[in-house]
Amino acid sequence: MSLTPRQMINAALLVILALLPFLTDWAGDSFYTGLVARILILAIAALSLNLLIGYGGMVSFGHAAFIGVGAYVVGIGAFHAFEDGIDWMLNGYIQLILAIFGTAFIALIIGAISLRTRGVYFIMITMAFSQMLYFTAVGVETYGADDGLSIYSRSDMLGLIDLNDEKSLYYLIFFSLLVVLYLMHRLVGSAFGNVIRGSKSNEARMRAIGFSPYKYRLTAFVIAGAIAGYAGFLMANLNDFVSPDVMHWTRSGDLIIMILLGGMASLFGPLYGALAFLMLEELLSSIPLTIGGLRVGEYWQLLFGPLLILVVLYARNGVDSFLPGARKSP
Amino acid sequence: MNWLLLLEQILNGFQLGLLLFLLAAGLTLVFGIMDMVNLAHGSLYMMGAYFCATFTGWTGSFLIGALLTLPAVFLLGVVVEMVALRTLYARDHLDQVMATFGLILFFNEATRLIWGPIGLVIPLPEFLNQTVEIIPGAPYPAFRLAIILVGFLVAGLLYLIVSRTKLGMLIRAGASNRDMIGALGINIRLLFTLVFGLGAALAGLAGLMAGPILSVEIGMGESILILTLVVIVIGGIGSIKGAFIAAILIGLIDTVGRSFLPELLDLVLPSQTAATAAPAISSMMIYLLMALVLAIKPQGLFPPKGVGR
Repeated sequence: MSLTPRQMINAALLVILALLPFLTDWAGDSFYTGLVARILILAIAALSLNLLIGYGGMVSFGHAAFIGVGAYVVGIGAFHAFEDGIDWMLNGYIQLILAIFGTAFIALIIGAISLRTRGVYFIMITMAFSQMLYFTAVGVETYGADDGLSIYSRSDMLGLIDLNDEKSLYYLIFFSLLVVLYLMHRLVGSAFGNVIRGSKSNEARMRAIGFSPYKYRLTAFVIAGAIAGYAGFLMANLNDFVSPDVMHWTRSGDLIIMILLGGMASLFGPLYGALAFLMLEELLSSIPLTIGGLRVGEYWQLLFGPLLILVVLYARNGVDSFLPGARKSP
Repeated sequence: MNWLLLLEQILNGFQLGLLLFLLAAGLTLVFGIMDMVNLAHGSLYMMGAYFCATFTGWTGSFLIGALLTLPAVFLLGVVVEMVALRTLYARDHLDQVMATFGLILFFNEATRLIWGPIGLVIPLPEFLNQTVEIIPGAPYPAFRLAIILVGFLVAGLLYLIVSRTKLGMLIRAGASNRDMIGALGINIRLLFTLVFGLGAALAGLAGLMAGPILSVEIGMGESILILTLVVIVIGGIGSIKGAFIAAILIGLIDTVGRSFLPELLDLVLPSQTAATAAPAISSMMIYLLMALVLAIKPQGLFPPKGVGR
């Protein structure tokens, strides 16, 4: 089997990610394992959102809410296990099922209503729904309201894998990413994926050849929601903390930024985007330059904002357009 | 139920509604005419408040400060339109969302750099900083009353401009069919820039009026931006009339709901449940309304003529 240059770069990236915990051990700084784990979780969420935005043309502006729901399942489970001694609520498999099917169910309701609208209205209504979930989390005093919920014990995977071990957690996250990448690859190439993509480029023609895009779009919306819920499950375990902030509309904006930074036309785009997004944040905020007594890094968004505009204007496929074999348009 | 409190909350509702209208009017026109999602509209609102605080500090008078702020924000809007947004009209909504999200980051950080991270205060002159009794026994802050008056005045003025002048005719035509007015030989670029500047000035006006009652701080634009988006989506994108009605509706529901929902819930739910549910439900109410409206009328309540394709 021979690989194209692009596939070699992608494979190299995955190899580096696979070896990362050992690389950071070797460098003696495990801080970066946590950082990259966070990036990979966001990449999983961004990958799921890309099914909607990149392939389906559905600009959902509330995807972070699903991450929040998944994270809150873990948070609330740990809370009751800790406060009320309800042990089964700490069971990782029960949490996992609740996180995935709970978000899938919520996505089904939100999608069923939202997908009746088009364009800007769709952007706005998905944002409205995510704000509803956000305010629900803010309003419930029992689970910490604004201040969020500290998670005192991570999900109990019954001995199969120990999430308290940072390396095991990292590899769970890494393998989840591989699975989601594979899933997306299969999904996009399937008949289902063709209908989704076809509905993006020409809905009328899709109808004319006998497909009703609504059902397919709704299915995609539910799948994307469920994967984001799973990302939330991972995130809560990584951070030991969940707060309404993860569901805020600007977090949904961050996910969209990742997709655009990485390039939405490609499978790996969201992964590159998530890497670029958080690396840029790290890099820009540690610029050692000082002008007139002000440290430039402290005002990194002053550079990041215009950079985003430049990416939108001149590098439409983000990182993807710089890789060999880039397609000209999505 | 306390009727005086209800009356006061209704006035507050109108005050919030009219502020929202000032923001929504500009945004809905930009949205409707240029088919442009502008998330940075809240930043112009924030700049209005910061400019006003600065100018008031320089001149010592809130009124002069306010009068200087309007052309300043108008100019800022024109510059932003010409530098960053002009190239985005032809792009899809996703690109516009992203680029204007970048603008928000830029404006917030620039504000922090120039004015520092701590919020500012806009001091009010004596005659606005008192209460008036419009109804005997119900003192109401004069400044909030002034907001309501200015809001209605600007709404009326805007109505006259849009329905009676040539510029208004072009704006309405643009909201209904952008391509056609271009084909009829109208200088759309100039029209776009003017409308954007006008919208910016209105957002600035809302910001400078909100400044003294809320606080002048970084990020003040984002929360109100979301409310404004809700307003224009409910009203129907591109419709000034829809924006006005939806703004007042949202203002009233949000304000009155927040103060009376706990009491209402208390009647139907056990008080413990009601006390926990009320804050969440009252902040959700407008989003529920929006979801409901869109579920029934996907184009909003008053889509401009010729849009409902």
